[in-house]
Amino acid sequence: MFTRMKELLDLASEQKLPISEVMVQREVEETGKPRQEIMARMQAHLATMEAATQEGLAQGERSPSGLSGGDARRLRDYYASGRSLLGRQGDLAASLALAVSETNARMGRIVATPTAGSAGILPGVLMSLREHLHLETEALLAGAFTAAAIGLVIANSASIAGASGGCQAEVGSATAMAAGAAVELAGGSPDQVCQAVAIALQNVLGLVCDPVAGLVEVPCVVRNGVHAVMALTAADMALAGIESVIPADEVIGAMNEIGNAMPRQWKETALGGLAVTPTAICIRDRIRGQGEGL
Amino acid sequence: MGYRSAFDIIGPAMVGPSSSHTAGANRIGQVIRQLAGAMPEVVKVTFFNSFAETYKGHSTDRATVGGLLGLRTDDPRNREALELARQSGMKVTFATGRLDGYHPNCVRVEAQEGPGDAVNAVGVSIGGGRISIIELDGYKVRMSGEYPTLVLRHIDRVGVVETIGAILARAGVNISHMEIDRKRRGGEAIAVVELDQPVTADTMDSLRQGLPLLTIKQLEEV
Repeated sequence: MFTRMKELLDLASEQKLPISEVMVQREVEETGKPRQEIMARMQAHLATMEAATQEGLAQGERSPSGLSGGDARRLRDYYASGRSLLGRQGDLAASLALAVSETNARMGRIVATPTAGSAGILPGVLMSLREHLHLETEALLAGAFTAAAIGLVIANSASIAGASGGCQAEVGSATAMAAGAAVELAGGSPDQVCQAVAIALQNVLGLVCDPVAGLVEVPCVVRNGVHAVMALTAADMALAGIESVIPADEVIGAMNEIGNAMPRQWKETALGGLAVTPTAICIRDRIRGQGEGL
Repeated sequence: MGYRSAFDIIGPAMVGPSSSHTAGANRIGQVIRQLAGAMPEVVKVTFFNSFAETYKGHSTDRATVGGLLGLRTDDPRNREALELARQSGMKVTFATGRLDGYHPNCVRVEAQEGPGDAVNAVGVSIGGGRISIIELDGYKVRMSGEYPTLVLRHIDRVGVVETIGAILARAGVNISHMEIDRKRRGGEAIAVVELDQPVTADTMDSLRQGLPLLTIKQLEEV
């Protein structure tokens, strides 16, 4: 299976296909399952992603820990008022990403993309572009497969687990996946997909996994929101013709090196970073006191 | 241990909050439930490393028990798994520990009593909900839960691997991955065979007849 962005790019150029189609054909080959079945499975995942955005926007309640919830709605109401500094498109993507992450924190149903902690970014970007680019279901499916191909490269040559590589492996991978998918959906070339991946990943290198009280809420929820916007920015840069000096595969190599060298307290152990700030310690002790009720 | 499918990245559909600490733990539980062959009634679960630090916040305990109860990763009842276990007559105790040199997300499940078999297994959750059972009753193995899987206990003897291969080949079933380990030369041994499709009851019978088997089980993908 894919281990290099260069490999994806070569396959796409040789066959004159978008990266999404390279992924679908490889999936058919690898699993021996009919194309239709593979498409239906991804379609079901897209439906779950969309339901998770709706559930998050509909639910104003806080999570059981009280640490998250209601912020997706807050951001939506804010941009709807016309005061957004970023603009509606970016805030829409961020609010949808927050919505999925809030649903996740409540133990609601989501799709790991590539993980649950980073599950907001890809749906946030895909669902926000649907309206903007007038995308049909088929295009969203293609976006999901492009994202999968990028995720496979990162997973096979670095990591997608916070416990192995820090948050760069989760939120970072999701950002690169969403950026590449956005480029393809906007009509960019496979090379521009790679550029977006390189640009997005350079901006998440070193990101640590330091969840307060060990919960996938702080800073995970807002990190999903902000990185959905970063994915769109990286996509815009690539579509504008900006090229990364360091090729995507070398950025992924750097990510792997940083992840390996990262101390254990920043890899999902809740023993460092934001997790050991005075406020976080108070929160942790309060939650431990609540025990099993949580 | 490469990632092979688009759905290793986009998926699983799951209840939150963590693919490695919730969905992965649930899948380890589901595999162990199948290895026991029935719902275990007395279970000891020991969380190591990152699992030990954060299992409560990620509901790793509920997810593992949900898997042992046979709940899938996206079943909302995982939330109430501890209560469901009590109602179903499954007694679970939890412990934590440190295992150096092992993956950060590591759990040992000891299914000690119940109508099924006793199982003592170590599972690791390697990211995005993917897992590997790396130890089973003292044997070193590798089992991903992503394929229909045969677990054979047999006597270590010349030709066992060839016979397994030949019987599966006759049935037209391809092997995707295979691991063998043994207690000692000529002693009890294990073969874990991941398949591209499940085998029929007839093929299971052929394996029983053709091999010095102690037990054989077929596990579904989880």
